[in-house]
Amino acid sequence: MKQTILSGNEAIARGAFEAGVKVASAYPGTPSTEILENVVQYKEIDASWAPNEKVALEVAIGACFGGARALATMKHVGLNVAADPLFTQSYIGVRGGLVIVVADDPEMHSSQDEQDSRNYAKFAKVPMFEPADSEEARLFTRLAYEVSEQFDTPVLLRSNTRISHGKSVVNLDDPVSGLPEPGLERNPTKFVMLPAHARQRHPVVEQRIKDLEKWSCDQPFNRIEDGEGEVGVITSGIAYQYAKEVFPKAHILKLGMVHPLPKDLIRSFAERCKTLYVLEELDPFIEEQIRAMGISVIGKDVFPICGELTPGRVKAALSGEPDPAAYEVEAELPNRPPNMCPGCSHRGVFFQLKQLGAYVTGDIGCYTLAALPPLSALDSCVCMGAGISNATGLCKVLGPEERQKVVGVMGDSTFLHTGINSLMDLVYNQSPATVVILDNRATGMTGRQDNPATGFTLGGDVTNAVDIETICRALGVKDIQVIDPYDLELTRNALKKAMATPEPSVVIARRTCMLERRGGAERKAPLVVEADKCVACKACLKIGCPAIEWNAEAGEKGKAVVNQMLCVGCEVCRQVCKFDAFRSSK
Amino acid sequence: MANQVTNIFLAGVGGQGTLLASEVLSEALMLAGHDVKKSEIHGMSQRGGSVTSHVRFGPKVYSPIIPEGEADILFGFELLETYRYLPWLKKGGKIIANDLKIIPAPVAMGQAEYLGDIPERLCAAVPGAKIVNGMELARQAGNLRTVNIALVGALSKELDIPEETWQQAMRNQVPERFLAENLKAFELGRQFKSPLT
Repeated sequence: MKQTILSGNEAIARGAFEAGVKVASAYPGTPSTEILENVVQYKEIDASWAPNEKVALEVAIGACFGGARALATMKHVGLNVAADPLFTQSYIGVRGGLVIVVADDPEMHSSQDEQDSRNYAKFAKVPMFEPADSEEARLFTRLAYEVSEQFDTPVLLRSNTRISHGKSVVNLDDPVSGLPEPGLERNPTKFVMLPAHARQRHPVVEQRIKDLEKWSCDQPFNRIEDGEGEVGVITSGIAYQYAKEVFPKAHILKLGMVHPLPKDLIRSFAERCKTLYVLEELDPFIEEQIRAMGISVIGKDVFPICGELTPGRVKAALSGEPDPAAYEVEAELPNRPPNMCPGCSHRGVFFQLKQLGAYVTGDIGCYTLAALPPLSALDSCVCMGAGISNATGLCKVLGPEERQKVVGVMGDSTFLHTGINSLMDLVYNQSPATVVILDNRATGMTGRQDNPATGFTLGGDVTNAVDIETICRALGVKDIQVIDPYDLELTRNALKKAMATPEPSVVIARRTCMLERRGGAERKAPLVVEADKCVACKACLKIGCPAIEWNAEAGEKGKAVVNQMLCVGCEVCRQVCKFDAFRSSK
Repeated sequence: MANQVTNIFLAGVGGQGTLLASEVLSEALMLAGHDVKKSEIHGMSQRGGSVTSHVRFGPKVYSPIIPEGEADILFGFELLETYRYLPWLKKGGKIIANDLKIIPAPVAMGQAEYLGDIPERLCAAVPGAKIVNGMELARQAGNLRTVNIALVGALSKELDIPEETWQQAMRNQVPERFLAENLKAFELGRQFKSPLT
């Protein structure tokens, strides 16, 4: 057995390889993205990006119908999108093993909410594993396929930011062998969920959960670690690691499967403990079920529901106050918020939307950062695809003047994810809202992944590139303008015209993302500020470019300076400056 | 058991190469026979935001996050970020910090000030804090991007790991075409002697 150090995401990919997975599909989403980026390195697995999580899961289900082991991965909010197939697949069960990895993001390091995906396991009546480190991520992924086939059920594997992006030591194992060859099999009463068939399957699902509950009571993934004294802790996943730090002497019941709960095992554990804690991140998911068993526990009455747990937060919850720090910072420090990159193609669009007084309904992507100062040019953000449909709804309730200000904005990847449906509705119901598609030829925020419009697959192969203009036209948009967002005047004129048009109108702002991997982004010589021309009006600071710094010491009122390491020569600042103070350093 | 774990807290700015530095560090610790865990945040915070990475090692490590106030070493890639995370350091802990300022957005916009005396503040809090001119070392190594590995070299003097193990870790983690300059940067960092101590 070879030992190595892997992230949770790398370990899940390894586990899928070892389990003999043949097909894997996903839409990128932090913190789950790197699972498929690692799966694709195993040539035995057909790994692909799907336009959204629902499609990803349905692709995996198709492979499962063919008798192959299949994987779909997503972030927590992605499972909302994929929930439809999940619930019915629970009734269908599987042919080849089917595992869905869902990565939660407690603390919302890179998410719009911190929903607890364990609720989906209970809701859809499928088992869920929860690893506590990378080795368990590998092991539980393997195990999930065995459970999936043994109990005829899709299986959820829940990760989170600390598991997915944490690294720890993993023992590599050999892949399984002797899995059946895929092929067609007709089984309509199982695969075709007509009401009559589904009525037969529902009792099977209920029995399955009962069988799993009994079976899981004596499986090694649900284990008791004996301690000293009369304090016990029931925990799972990352919270187990914090329990070991904060309760070094307690008896611990570590749950590897969080749904269904091994009730008999919990009962016998509870009998040994005078004081029983349930330590879990986010919702009181385990706690409420144990209380319903008539066992009294200490849980969310002490530990926080909001945010991620840390050893310090768990300790502070118990003692009522945080430990004092040995060192204090004796000054107010400027914070360092994330920002659009120098040369980001979104910057000019949002600068002009702000100038035009637009009310911008946005959604999920790097462009959500436009909500932060100094751009402060995004007025709403709900979920993927909502930028356009929110604009449609908003326009319905506004008078003619305010209606003109409404602009729905989203990126190319988000447009293909769920935005197409929103635009279809906008045109179908003749909304006067303006739509801006920020086509930067990449799924930027998650790390410049490819999507159906980039012309490349996850594996890097050349493929069809979706033509966004043609899609808009096919949906019925007649007023389509394609602009280069580096040209501020062009951008302003296009937006102004589209906003004034009472019919559906789309502006496609096209410029390759600065992070794009294939050299598609244009980099020119950095700009410099001619100090004698800078009058300290600070107009250039309003575009929020990380490459423009303010030197308060220069001149009487200070002067702008371009950071030569960061500037990529996009010249957006040059167009903002009324005094022609920016020029190329070339 | 928990008190046998050593905690290294890395603080820097997105895009500085803290990720590769923590990879090399964790790899070297694993090769030296320790249980190792590391934790960091990708995604939104990478866009020029503040970035931290927790590396923990010992006979058995549980939490991948360092308990608040228990860092043995604060390993900073940028001055403001080093100072920001000073409260994570435990009493008697050590500081190794890159002598580099990266201006954050509020300062660039003229709405906040960047403290001018962070090296002095760090040395006042922790006598013997090592302030390393990482950019100069990287320049000597032939590529400014090796600054992260030069800093790992400076850190390596504080850890009981043989030099060959560090070199092996770099061979495992650094792409072949950048290996020579990174090995050089590491060596320069390892030989670095702080003028302030």
